[in-house]
Amino acid sequence: MTLSEEQLAEGFGAVSKVPSRTRVVARRFFASTQGRIGFAVLALMFLLAFAGPLISPWSYTDKDFTAFMQPPSTRHWFGTLQTGSDVFAVTLRGMQKSLVVGLLAALISTALAAVVGSFGGYFLGWTDRTLSWVTDLLLVLPAFLVLAILSPVFGPGQWALFVVMLALFLWMVTSKIVRGMAISVKQREFVQAARYMGVPPVRIIFRHVIPNLSSLLIVDATLNVSTAILTETSLSYFGFGIQPPDVSFGTLIADGSKTAVYAPWTFWFVAGLLVVTVLAVNLIGDALRDAFDPSSGRRR
Amino acid sequence: MAGFLARRLLSYAVLVSVAASLAYLLAATALDPRSNYADRTPKPPPAVVDAQLTALNLNDKTPLLQRYATWAGGVLHGDFGKTVTGAPVNEDLKRRMGVTFRLVIVGLICGSLLGVLVGALAAVRQYGWFDRLTTGLSFLVLAVPVVVLANVLILVATWANENVFGRYVFLVSGEYSDGLTTGFLGHLVDRLQHLILPTISLSVGLIAVFSRYQRNMMLDVLDADFVRTARAKGLSRRRALTRHALRTALIPVVTYFAFTFGALLTGATFTEKIFGWHGLGEQLINSIFSNDVNTVAAISLLAAVAVLAASFASDLLHAALDPRVRA
Amino acid sequence: MKPVLEVSDLTVSFGDVHAVRGVSWSVRRGEVLGIVGESGSGKSVTSAAIMGLLPPGAKVTGSVRLHDTELIGAPERALNSFRGRSISMVFQDPLSALTPVYRVGDQIAEAVRVHQRVSKEAAQVKAVELLDLVGIPRPAERALAFPHEFSGGMRQRVVIAMAIANDPDVIICDEPTTALDVTIQAQVLDVLKLAQARTGAAIIMITHDLGVVAGFADRVMVMYAGRSVEVGAVDDIYYRMRMPYTVGLLGSVPRVDSGGRPLTPIEGNPPSPAALPPGCPFAPRCPMRIDACDDEEPPLFPVGDGHHAACIRWEEVRPHEPARQPPAPDRAPRSERTVLEVSGLVKDYPLVKGAVFKRRVGTVHAVAGVSFDVREGETLGLVGESGSGKTTTLTQILELTAPQEGAIVVLGHDAARLDRARRTAIRRDMQVVFQDPLAALDPRMTVYDILAEPLRTHGTREPGRRVAELLDLVGLHPSHAARHPQSFSGGQRQRIGIARALALEPRLLVLDEPVSALDVSIQAGVLNLLGSLRARLGLSYLFVAHDLAVVRHIADRVAVMYLGRIAEIGRVDAVYDAPAHPYTQALLSAIPVPDPVRERSRERILLEGDLPSPADPPSGCRFRTRCPKFRAELTPDERVLCVDVEPEVRAVADDHGAACHYAKSREVV
Repeated sequence: MTLSEEQLAEGFGAVSKVPSRTRVVARRFFASTQGRIGFAVLALMFLLAFAGPLISPWSYTDKDFTAFMQPPSTRHWFGTLQTGSDVFAVTLRGMQKSLVVGLLAALISTALAAVVGSFGGYFLGWTDRTLSWVTDLLLVLPAFLVLAILSPVFGPGQWALFVVMLALFLWMVTSKIVRGMAISVKQREFVQAARYMGVPPVRIIFRHVIPNLSSLLIVDATLNVSTAILTETSLSYFGFGIQPPDVSFGTLIADGSKTAVYAPWTFWFVAGLLVVTVLAVNLIGDALRDAFDPSSGRRR
Repeated sequence: MAGFLARRLLSYAVLVSVAASLAYLLAATALDPRSNYADRTPKPPPAVVDAQLTALNLNDKTPLLQRYATWAGGVLHGDFGKTVTGAPVNEDLKRRMGVTFRLVIVGLICGSLLGVLVGALAAVRQYGWFDRLTTGLSFLVLAVPVVVLANVLILVATWANENVFGRYVFLVSGEYSDGLTTGFLGHLVDRLQHLILPTISLSVGLIAVFSRYQRNMMLDVLDADFVRTARAKGLSRRRALTRHALRTALIPVVTYFAFTFGALLTGATFTEKIFGWHGLGEQLINSIFSNDVNTVAAISLLAAVAVLAASFASDLLHAALDPRVRA
Repeated sequence: MKPVLEVSDLTVSFGDVHAVRGVSWSVRRGEVLGIVGESGSGKSVTSAAIMGLLPPGAKVTGSVRLHDTELIGAPERALNSFRGRSISMVFQDPLSALTPVYRVGDQIAEAVRVHQRVSKEAAQVKAVELLDLVGIPRPAERALAFPHEFSGGMRQRVVIAMAIANDPDVIICDEPTTALDVTIQAQVLDVLKLAQARTGAAIIMITHDLGVVAGFADRVMVMYAGRSVEVGAVDDIYYRMRMPYTVGLLGSVPRVDSGGRPLTPIEGNPPSPAALPPGCPFAPRCPMRIDACDDEEPPLFPVGDGHHAACIRWEEVRPHEPARQPPAPDRAPRSERTVLEVSGLVKDYPLVKGAVFKRRVGTVHAVAGVSFDVREGETLGLVGESGSGKTTTLTQILELTAPQEGAIVVLGHDAARLDRARRTAIRRDMQVVFQDPLAALDPRMTVYDILAEPLRTHGTREPGRRVAELLDLVGLHPSHAARHPQSFSGGQRQRIGIARALALEPRLLVLDEPVSALDVSIQAGVLNLLGSLRARLGLSYLFVAHDLAVVRHIADRVAVMYLGRIAEIGRVDAVYDAPAHPYTQALLSAIPVPDPVRERSRERILLEGDLPSPADPPSGCRFRTRCPKFRAELTPDERVLCVDVEPEVRAVADDHGAACHYAKSREVV
């Protein structure tokens, strides 16, 4: 939908460059300390999760039968578990899974929220009533409860299904906010202008309404990443989420908390990495919000 | 007004019944009470298992809809059926409701009041040390899931009991100690000792959420015209902020309360389980493991009712605070 | 007499942005100083600086002396005791100036008790007295109401009551009537005059409206780019101005008392306070600019008794000669071809109460039987105050669906009988231009995409050439196509909005308050553009506006709406020069004219009270509850007709009708 280079060259001659919005937002984002810290830390976490196993002498399936429940040493950087597994290797494996689950669930749920919220808010009437009712229903049923009930369904290795289910229970609050904003964007004159121009409603939603909510959606997707990671952790902690042999932050913390008193390394490393990851994501989300909203800039 | 209330209650009733039915159907499909008998030694004969399951309305050989109809009929008469062990669900839940209620209410009050207070103070002295400190802390707290927080609290409390106090100041399991003979005051202290850690675990997150929200709402109204009017009248900054800004900024925070309630219930579930409180949340987790369909459905129904009651309460509170919506 | 408030060399800067750059003035007791300027001229920042209510981060230098006390740098405690007691303030937006959660009586009483040691009860009594003074009916009862239960005009009265609660020496009014309708503006200005008479306070009247100042102020200061560029007695400023900017401002204001006069827009845009040109800040827009203007910023030269102007060529500056009014051209007969016909249009809305406990409590009769037509090549101005139903009428036309009652016929097609394809086809021929040009353009699209959207929607594959044509048509450069709307000024944005509306070569253009969001100097340019486009492209306009002066300038015919019905309709000259409906008469008389001598001699017809609720309109004639004629002139027997029978529009002259049983022409402007 943007002006192609040829058209520019043909019709308009020299064009003064205007900084694009993406670039403005990026500049403002990286100008804030918390944005930089959050981004750097998260990048580091990803690097650790996916490149770390390459430098680790142990893989997450290896068992060292000479070292059970040993504290950190040069041989096992984070120590070992009761089974002789290397904590470093297992933690990174769990982190990979948690990061992937968090990212995917956040993307799916935000997309769902955007579509449901904006359709409800734009069309109002019966569409809205139906969608709002479904939203309310899912809000009334706490997500944890349904996911926990369904947990026997997620067999081993079916974490993809788990991601979808997780996403299905994360979108409601965002969708309510999107709906409210879609109602007000619909009142905005540029949407009215498009309507009176004869642009079909669905095209208006995807071309005018959702793009104008993109700042909210991007921020929300970011924050949903942390929500998804936290929810996944809690569910897996109680055995309702990721099933063995897959490991995640939640399963590791559950195992670690039992042995934490006498073997702190089994708990604190993974708990620390979880907190740092989520903190980084939240910092990014907050800095993004400020970068998108010019008026909030002076607040920080 | 009466008509409006009736419509609203009706729509709530519909939501609750659909939610509970959905929960029942999900639980009845996903959970497998028959497997409870598989590990028993000696293995009971299939006919006996069938008979027992049928008596409990848990037999997966009965068509799902028929089981649902039996369950729903019971619920309409206020009977939630029987647990897998044959005890009535009602009795069990009645006892546990009080436990959960106590935990949630104390956590909610501590969390929201402290949160609003902290947020308002942070907003008034924006960029001051207090603002920076609370902002940093709330970011940290929001990154710690309840399951980690609760475990950390237990670890820290255990360490403190041993190394700082030299005796048990924080009690980390259960609601009260059995067989205490210290009279009323002793009981009270004992209960408080048990209450303190779960309350912290539950309300710290709330404080963080509410303080962030209250701070932002405050900052929004700090620039509002009516605060400027109040200042132009000659009110000092402090009075203009407390009387005009804080009071007005409370309104959106109250509506926010309803949104957090679902999360609060989930948090209470984890807290109960980890601290060994015998409340509804703990029972929910246990009953999923024990394939206890009727208990799961009953707790889902109670949760739905609680969420809607919270949303209704937040609307009432909203109307009480804001004359514009009262009209 | 010693001035009560003296400002000297006041500067205010926010970081590198110098919002106010050395302003000096003083007011004496009982005097009214008008401060006039466009947005960004620094006029409102000045008032905030005097009150000491600037946001943190603002740097203030210079001196503000109240009696003999210096306010700049005074301790906060001292300022608190001055604010509201010696200096008080009336703000622009009465809707947000009151705390929504407290009763208005309590808010006024609070103002009293901050400075006076009186009991709560005494303060309440005083609050009721004040409400009575500012003309709130049933003050004891209304003191218990919340701000949202008051109309905008009534809230502004409450704010004024609060401002005079402690008999201040100075009242600063920052655009006190900008957010209000003209008849309400007249009421509020009246209250302000009364308040001044009661307290003897000096008033600083900050506004962009040259008409308001003409009738209200004793002295006037014109601000531009953070500086005072001309200051003097009100007659000096309006008749013997010595600054080209003042000349330009007065030349660009459409006036309700003279139509047909071409407006002279000021070229360009006001400079951004962050990037001021060297030398005289007005030089880039000044028709009299010479090279010396860029050398240094001119000081205020004394050009007469108490009259100063900041122009090095002040001796050559002459008032704008209004072009000789062309002898009224014989109006061409109306075209035979009708492009839009509305007959008996009715639209009701449910009236919902409560945000949390939502319930329907009645029906708003937003439009209650409206009929008019627009012929080819003609401009119909649809005017009315808020609540008159003009916007509802407009949306009903634009929706192109069957109206609740009545008929809308667009270009020969009845809107009730349109299929989807036909409706899309008609959308090509009927386009709309909105009020707020920034809101009407999607901020995420480039101008190219904005202009191409209607073309693509209606099947044009290669919109590039047409986009360039359109930009040229509205006076923009084709290279602007790659920019986003945010990087344009208000006037340019509105030109983009007009270009988009013209993209499909429509025949009828619906204009919804197209210039009311623009500064006067910019407004004139857009109005002139609309005028020339109509002539060149043979367009018909439906021009919806609340500003009768603008409508007089651009329209051929005008329809005045009141409470969902048309009060008066006809040729512009006929309606403006000899209005027959008492409402039109009151409306026209309420509009201030930028002409101090005329303003002083004009007689205002003040309407009482607010617009009745459209949910419960009065029986018979809707205007009778506020009608001066009904109240003062009619006999009880004559009134019966007004109470019982709703008047229809009846012709009072050729192409001039009024919906009044006792319509009688009267000259009011």
